[in-house]
Amino acid sequence: MESVLGRYRNLTILVGVLFLQVLGLAVQVKRSAEAENTRLIRIWAVDLITPFERGLVWAQNGSSNLWHSYIFLRGVRAENHQLKEQIEQMRLEQVRLSEDAAQAHRLQSLLAFKEQFIVKPLPAQVIGSSGSDLSRSIYIDKGSNDGLVQDMAVITAGGIVGKVLRVYPSTSLVLMINDQSSGVGVLLEKSRLQGVLRGTPDGELILERVMSDETVVPGETVLSSGGDQIFPKGLPVGTVSKVSPGREMFLNIKVKPAADLSRLEEVLVVTEKQEREPAVAEGGSRVRAADILAQRLPSVPDKPATVAGTAPGSGASGGKPQSNGAGKPGTGNGTTGAVRKPAGGAPAGSNAASSGGAHSLPVAAPPTTGEVLQKGVQKAASGDSATSGGSGGAAGPKGSGSSAAVSGTADATSAAASSRASTVAPSVTPGGTANSASSAAKPAATAPPKPATAQPNPQPAVSEENPH
Amino acid sequence: MPITYTSGEQIEVYRFSIPVTVGVPLLALFLQSFVPKLFPWFAIYVDLPLLVTIFFGMARRNPISGLLTGAAIGLAQDMLGPYPIGIYGIAKTVVGYLASSLGVKLDVENAGTRLLVTLGFYLVHAAVYFTVARGMVNLTLNWSWSRGILAGLANAVLGVVLYFVLDKFKQRT
Repeated sequence: MESVLGRYRNLTILVGVLFLQVLGLAVQVKRSAEAENTRLIRIWAVDLITPFERGLVWAQNGSSNLWHSYIFLRGVRAENHQLKEQIEQMRLEQVRLSEDAAQAHRLQSLLAFKEQFIVKPLPAQVIGSSGSDLSRSIYIDKGSNDGLVQDMAVITAGGIVGKVLRVYPSTSLVLMINDQSSGVGVLLEKSRLQGVLRGTPDGELILERVMSDETVVPGETVLSSGGDQIFPKGLPVGTVSKVSPGREMFLNIKVKPAADLSRLEEVLVVTEKQEREPAVAEGGSRVRAADILAQRLPSVPDKPATVAGTAPGSGASGGKPQSNGAGKPGTGNGTTGAVRKPAGGAPAGSNAASSGGAHSLPVAAPPTTGEVLQKGVQKAASGDSATSGGSGGAAGPKGSGSSAAVSGTADATSAAASSRASTVAPSVTPGGTANSASSAAKPAATAPPKPATAQPNPQPAVSEENPH
Repeated sequence: MPITYTSGEQIEVYRFSIPVTVGVPLLALFLQSFVPKLFPWFAIYVDLPLLVTIFFGMARRNPISGLLTGAAIGLAQDMLGPYPIGIYGIAKTVVGYLASSLGVKLDVENAGTRLLVTLGFYLVHAAVYFTVARGMVNLTLNWSWSRGILAGLANAVLGVVLYFVLDKFKQRT
């Protein structure tokens, strides 16, 4: 026996080492549902590698910031201008959506519906990956020291990324949704069909468990259903890219992820969710989206007033007509209360009410955008009590998106992630509101005063109840 | 001067200093984990820990040393991933053993030989990995010959360059 072992010493050792590993593997597979029995050696390996990755990412970010923030600033002015315009458009969209959301909340409250809100997202940086093309996982620079625990949802502004699989003191391993061992409960936005989203060995996403007699069209948005108890309901997951007949009467649906999973830089870990009934907006303080849209329509060139009206003034006191001669939408500018239009005077900004023919009649104008935003913020502050831990400030579904975008990066991402979902409650800070109000007031303040002119009114006055 | 004999007695056996023995695999693991963050294709086409395993195996020409090196590197690679520990460990143990066994019998210091050997070992590694992952861990893995050959060639080309660099750290016994 000894001679045999001595003769095949190398082979014996090879078999022994392989046997030990197979044994270890079998034990792990058997106990996969149990707690981390291999935790310690994983910690050692991760602690050995990740500090270098953190250092490198830190250096990379430092040099990148130096370049992008100080050296390479070409086109920033134009981009800034473009972004401001985009913010204006988003404010409009936000008001319209908040109206829809309020309606949905009212209906949900009637049904005693409870939904989950993301209360506390924690920003984290991606520092590495598993390094294998057969598994899709990333390392982030936050761990148990930062309050992370297993199975927390990881998202980005674009959509969901994955869940926290393993937590180490200062890092965590995140299993991405396109890993083949991952599964996410999802639903299709329009058809409301539910299914399970799984990763494939090739890193693609497949929506399973949708019967072949259902109609699914490419391009449809896929949202999280909340059924997996990890991802809150309504977060964007991706879009249907291809539908084909699958096996066993199920459809084979390929989904393109909403988040760019191959180029992740920063992510948000949902460290705290809250389940509660949605707040119902008060009926009296409702703001019509149509009113807001009407206000933002391009202004008609002003004509001189023929009736003695209120002289154009500066807008904070009400009764001030505002106009921006360039035809840019008037932006509300922080007036409080109803603006009383001057008889025949220049309309307030690009007010559709005035363009609708209210020039010669003193009517109560619809609230300006500044007012609307302010109302939205007040409602958010008073109505919804969810707070955004990392960013501060009251949170609520109403009037949050763009203000959050102004107030901070973390909020901006969370707000973007949640804008379609209405499950995230990003914060709205007073600062953000003030900013929006002040920026909105700018064009009106610089606009030259228009002469008060009376003008025949071809159309009936528009009441506040029915602006159109 | 490269030794081209096939007799075991005439083959040069190399050893490496401890910093190189420890540092090079660690560096390979670090790069394998970090670089895909910048270049996602890197994880698909390059397996640096495998190249290091092959290099140490072929240079030391000691099967036991080769398989132990492969086992250590593979297990460390497993620890960084989400799946049970041992899949890469088993695959790289086999490759380490074969590389060192082959190093005894062949001239593995020629660039052409290294290219072919690395390509072959990549495929062996993939075969063992797939077998273990499917058979034991119940992972569903799709094998694509085109991608496998492409990745094997990429690793082989990179390996030839890497071996040339790592040759500088060789110490004669």
